[in-house]
Amino acid sequence: MPKLRVGWFTFTCCEDSTILFTELLNTHWDTWKEKIEFVNARILKTNRELKDLDISFVEGSISSDEQAKKLKEIRDNSKILVAIGACAVNAMPSGWRNTFDEETKKEIQFIVERFSHLPRVEPLSKYVKVDESVPGCPMDEKRFLELMEKYAPGNT
Amino acid sequence: MHQGTLDLTLDQITKIEGHASLSLKVKDDVITECKFSIPEYKRFYTQAVRKKPINSIPQMVARICGTCSNAHLLCSIKAIEASQGIIPSEQTKILRRILVNGLMIRDHGLHLYVFALPDIYKRDSLLDFDENDHEEHELLHDAFAVKEGGNQLAIWAGGRSVHAPNPTVGGFLKLPLLTEKDKLISQLKSIRPRVLKLISIFQNCDFVQEEDVSFSALQSTNFDFLDGSIVTAGGKRIIDAEYASHLEHIVIPYSQASGYKFEGKTYIVGALARVNLSKQFLNPATLEDASEALKLFPSKNIYHNNLAQAIEILHCIDDSIAILEKIHIQDEKPARFSVKPGIGVGVVEAPRGTLYHRYEVDDKGIVTNGRIIVPTGQNQIAIEQSLYHFAKDHLETPKEELSLEFEKIVRAYDPCMSCASHFLKLKIIRKVSR
Repeated sequence: MPKLRVGWFTFTCCEDSTILFTELLNTHWDTWKEKIEFVNARILKTNRELKDLDISFVEGSISSDEQAKKLKEIRDNSKILVAIGACAVNAMPSGWRNTFDEETKKEIQFIVERFSHLPRVEPLSKYVKVDESVPGCPMDEKRFLELMEKYAPGNT
Repeated sequence: MHQGTLDLTLDQITKIEGHASLSLKVKDDVITECKFSIPEYKRFYTQAVRKKPINSIPQMVARICGTCSNAHLLCSIKAIEASQGIIPSEQTKILRRILVNGLMIRDHGLHLYVFALPDIYKRDSLLDFDENDHEEHELLHDAFAVKEGGNQLAIWAGGRSVHAPNPTVGGFLKLPLLTEKDKLISQLKSIRPRVLKLISIFQNCDFVQEEDVSFSALQSTNFDFLDGSIVTAGGKRIIDAEYASHLEHIVIPYSQASGYKFEGKTYIVGALARVNLSKQFLNPATLEDASEALKLFPSKNIYHNNLAQAIEILHCIDDSIAILEKIHIQDEKPARFSVKPGIGVGVVEAPRGTLYHRYEVDDKGIVTNGRIIVPTGQNQIAIEQSLYHFAKDHLETPKEELSLEFEKIVRAYDPCMSCASHFLKLKIIRKVSR
């Protein structure tokens, strides 16, 4: 059976779930390596492909049109898309600025404009269909391992 | 060959923490542009901390960064304790030290094995290391074992290695179990030979990129990452709370993160700075077993940041073993305090260098103002300078090779973009002069 083609992507966040995931490799890679292959993961490799992905794990919120476009590209090239961590699932805590009062919003406006931020920081589901979610800050480790077992059985 | 003209853009520098990019333009053998920028979108933590109660701040600002979350957590706790006049107990200090040792082992381990080692072995990824090659097979397993050692140490001391839930203002909400310490000691002892091998790999690595810059770091006589005063390569000593007044904040218009200079000079913080300035204070066992590698310091070769990190992993193992072997844990609750108005500064050494948190607190215990200075912001100008120097000396190098070398240089600094893009400072924009 061919290995599952897996991608790991991040947008606006602190990448805590990415770190947790790299720590899960410590104890799980020996079994995962038989069934999955990372074809796109910036934290792990330079040469990356964005096509025919079986599962894409996506951490972080969407802050700009450019990020939204990249997310749609990931969606178009992935069979299953999994939202990883609180920022991807509900846009917090990356979306603190959504909660600011008018005065604070005015204070940050020049940065929002200079770097073309969207008016609000949004969760992934605002832009694409999300098949599975792993909430938590960092992601709920147990839920993540359950998903690995669901899509790559006998692996955890 | 590119006949003296070149346009090179690296949109996503890989194998680093977060997003960074580089744009290099060369015309008629002259560099017309060399911009290292951080395209991470700001999350405005400096604004977000305002109007929040002090007890909620440590867990909130830990979310600035996934990988060094526990450094932010401990730095903010230190700043809030300073604002409230709380002096942590000896037990609290020891447990925090173990937590930060775990962080250093795990975080340096990630950088050295997962990000830097593939460059030495000319592989795209650590996961591509050849399982049939004895050396590469062993290194893959070293990576997992060493990182896991740090991970477990931090979980023991703080409850989790990312955003540890147990440390709080005044102490720990939940104390670690003494019954597990023997297991930890033997785990640390088992990874020690693997780390000696790692030191030897980076000691023998021939990558060179020398920079004439200054260095600065927090220094204490036992190489404690959480205590001491700031020292610089020029021999200056500064009280930690006054650190920020020596820094010049520089807005880099094309980057979403700020840069800094130290008294007008380009400087570097992080493992290279720490080992350059304080190697004599490393754990005695580390001094003995890393003696040959330590002869290379002080060093201006930025690739020696990798070697310095490997030596620090050994120090954190040796320091933790020494602490754990004689530790007693008393049932101690976090210090109680009545809230009062005040200003508090916390300075710690995060894996990538000096981290500074400052909070102004009102009489109800609400933060009215916050300031956070992170290591990668402080290194940003030096990173760009190294890239510029390398480009200037290698204008004839083919584009692909140049891209690879640029990524290696950036990786040597081990930048953390999540940290660098958390905040916002309002200052007049001006171009960085080189």
